[in-house]
Amino acid sequence: MNTLRKLEILADAAKYDASCASSGAAKKDSSKGQGIGSTGGTGICHSYTPDGRCISLLKVLLTNVCLYDCHYCINRRSSNVRRALFTPEEVVDLTISFYKRNYIEGLFLSSGIVRSADYTMELVVRVAKLLRKEHHFKGYIHLKTIPEASPELIIEAGKYADRLSINIELPRHESLQKLAPEKSLVRTRDAMQTINSKISETIQARKEMRKVNSRAKRPSFATGQSTQMIVGADGSNDSDFLKRSEDMYGNFKMRRVYYSAFSPIPEPSVVLPLKAPPLVREHRLYQADWLLRFYQFKVGELTTEAEPNLDLDIDPKLSWALRNRDLFPLDINTAQLEMLYRIPGLGVRNAQRIVRVRSYHRVGLEDLIKLRVNLKKTMPFMICSDHNPAKLELSSEALRLKFAPPPEQMELDFSSLVPMLEADTKEDLKAKEAQQKMTAIAGKEARHGEF
Amino acid sequence: MKTVVIEPTYEAWRDAARELLGEMVEPRNVIWQARLPRDAGEELLDFSEEVTRPSANRCHGFKVSREFMQLAKTVGSHRSGRQWSLMYEVLWAMTYGNDKTLLRRATDTRVRTLEKMRGMVSRDIHKMRAFVRFREVMAEDQNGEAREHYVAWFEPDHRIVRLNAPFFRKRFGGMNFSILTPDECMHWNGVKIRYSEGVSKDYAPEEDELEDLWRGYYRSIFNPARLKIKMMQSEMPKKYWKNLPEAEIIEELIRDSSDQVNRMMKEENRELKQRPNNKYLDHLDDLNRNDIEE
Repeated sequence: MNTLRKLEILADAAKYDASCASSGAAKKDSSKGQGIGSTGGTGICHSYTPDGRCISLLKVLLTNVCLYDCHYCINRRSSNVRRALFTPEEVVDLTISFYKRNYIEGLFLSSGIVRSADYTMELVVRVAKLLRKEHHFKGYIHLKTIPEASPELIIEAGKYADRLSINIELPRHESLQKLAPEKSLVRTRDAMQTINSKISETIQARKEMRKVNSRAKRPSFATGQSTQMIVGADGSNDSDFLKRSEDMYGNFKMRRVYYSAFSPIPEPSVVLPLKAPPLVREHRLYQADWLLRFYQFKVGELTTEAEPNLDLDIDPKLSWALRNRDLFPLDINTAQLEMLYRIPGLGVRNAQRIVRVRSYHRVGLEDLIKLRVNLKKTMPFMICSDHNPAKLELSSEALRLKFAPPPEQMELDFSSLVPMLEADTKEDLKAKEAQQKMTAIAGKEARHGEF
Repeated sequence: MKTVVIEPTYEAWRDAARELLGEMVEPRNVIWQARLPRDAGEELLDFSEEVTRPSANRCHGFKVSREFMQLAKTVGSHRSGRQWSLMYEVLWAMTYGNDKTLLRRATDTRVRTLEKMRGMVSRDIHKMRAFVRFREVMAEDQNGEAREHYVAWFEPDHRIVRLNAPFFRKRFGGMNFSILTPDECMHWNGVKIRYSEGVSKDYAPEEDELEDLWRGYYRSIFNPARLKIKMMQSEMPKKYWKNLPEAEIIEELIRDSSDQVNRMMKEENRELKQRPNNKYLDHLDDLNRNDIEE
């Protein structure tokens, strides 16, 4: 099998992992003229595929041969997909050749489980070691870690990698048992703990060496870990997902939790029938995740016992605000920063700008327009120097209708997959355009976190 | 009224601005004109009363905040030329107007315009880092020996080659490369950065043998079940496509995506295969039993 064919199989096998981050690595570069590569700034997206996702890393599996039988996965042992295997040297060559042409920020390497966890992990680590030691590669390396691998191997992986990740896959033990019988929540969390303590330990050690101005070589280790959950493959509700994310961020200091809508795969499993990917739900989870991390929300505020799922029609912050109408309108000239974060349509950065500007003069609508605040969303919830919505007296229900899209646009179905070119009638075309626009805007919001 | 003719660079503006500040020339009495780089050396037709050509390196001891310097350095690369007078206005206000906190007021019209320009230049800088594509050529070194050299062609919106040079030098330190643009070109030989005049696209190589692999990767990493064309285009606008080798297959990928998904949806479910005899899987079974007992 030639390299191109292998690459096609092993990239295809890797594409269901949503992680693409290449930021947050320690500063390093190749300005001394040995090798290539640099990290430490914000990650760069070198290309975008028509699914709207960025290509930042060469994301491949070392092999898609796998002993496990995870039913959501194209590479499970029961699948008849074509199998391929890279040698570590082949992956190294591809990484360097792609990097030199500025196609990528680095490598994201994962693998099916062959022979045993340790055997597989050793191969993965070997690639990273070759890149760093033989080729002086200073680009980004993300290694997928196998929870069952010995802690020594996991720690060795962290020496070469900028990021480690273990996918938790599903939020609840019961669904994992059913859909990924070889995996275990307990072991996954244990391995995450191993990584987390090593990260903190390294930060601490480096800090102390800096304090005493030690010239000795500072220990290096991955600067962060991340994880992923598949949305829509099991019966878990959004509250289950968000609680698991809270566990991940709180207990293991995850940099990111990725949510990946379960999307059709070739070789569907009899245990898990295919359906359209719940893209809107995935998007709402990202928004809620953002609110947890940057807007100081708690899971209990975003979902309730009565309504454990996020509203698909409107974003979770608006949804929260409508449930808490008595707190609004807030005066943006006097409210605390933390409360400004809670106004629908107002992002973290603009909230901070408002706090700065209002120390010079009272903030009015004109200022908000200049800051490009989403006024339509914001106005019912705030008071400023020349606006007071109290007179409008809109009920929560009326407001919800104002923001919720008409019902037929709620969930994306497969008709939206047919490209616009193939639309039958003008109306079709219009509807599809509207739909695409919605997802485009939605996707953008999720990444920039201003809503 | 004073007309100041400068090279369109931050440094040239800074030298002129220092001098003007020293002479207490108010912003409303200055007309800023950029000399086009290609016209350098030619005399500009000028009908104003007085033309000043600033002399460099005369320090008048004006203290300017680091914040402003950073803003001005970036905005100085904006291609419009509208930035020079705005920058001077803000500098004047901060110096003689005693308005030291001006930059913190994001709603001030001048600050807002400059910030907007900074956003445009920064985005351009970022996109250049993202979308430059090197192609390998064989070149000769001083000893006549063949060694690999990488050449890229890029068309930036603003004059950002020099702002971006340190980034590329640090990233590709161990590699000889040139980045060609219509404005100017940057070259790195492992020791020193060198700049040369801008060129046309014909100077850049037309292909690289790795590009088939790259397109193969691009094709395979795309998930046809989640088409979001607008999302792709907002981050990778069409204007960049002509210089991206992978963009050639975008239309084809979009066209085939629905067929691909329909095929997947119609496929029959695969039955489970028998669990192979494998010691490691036995071991996992034991572990899983223990986990549950815990």
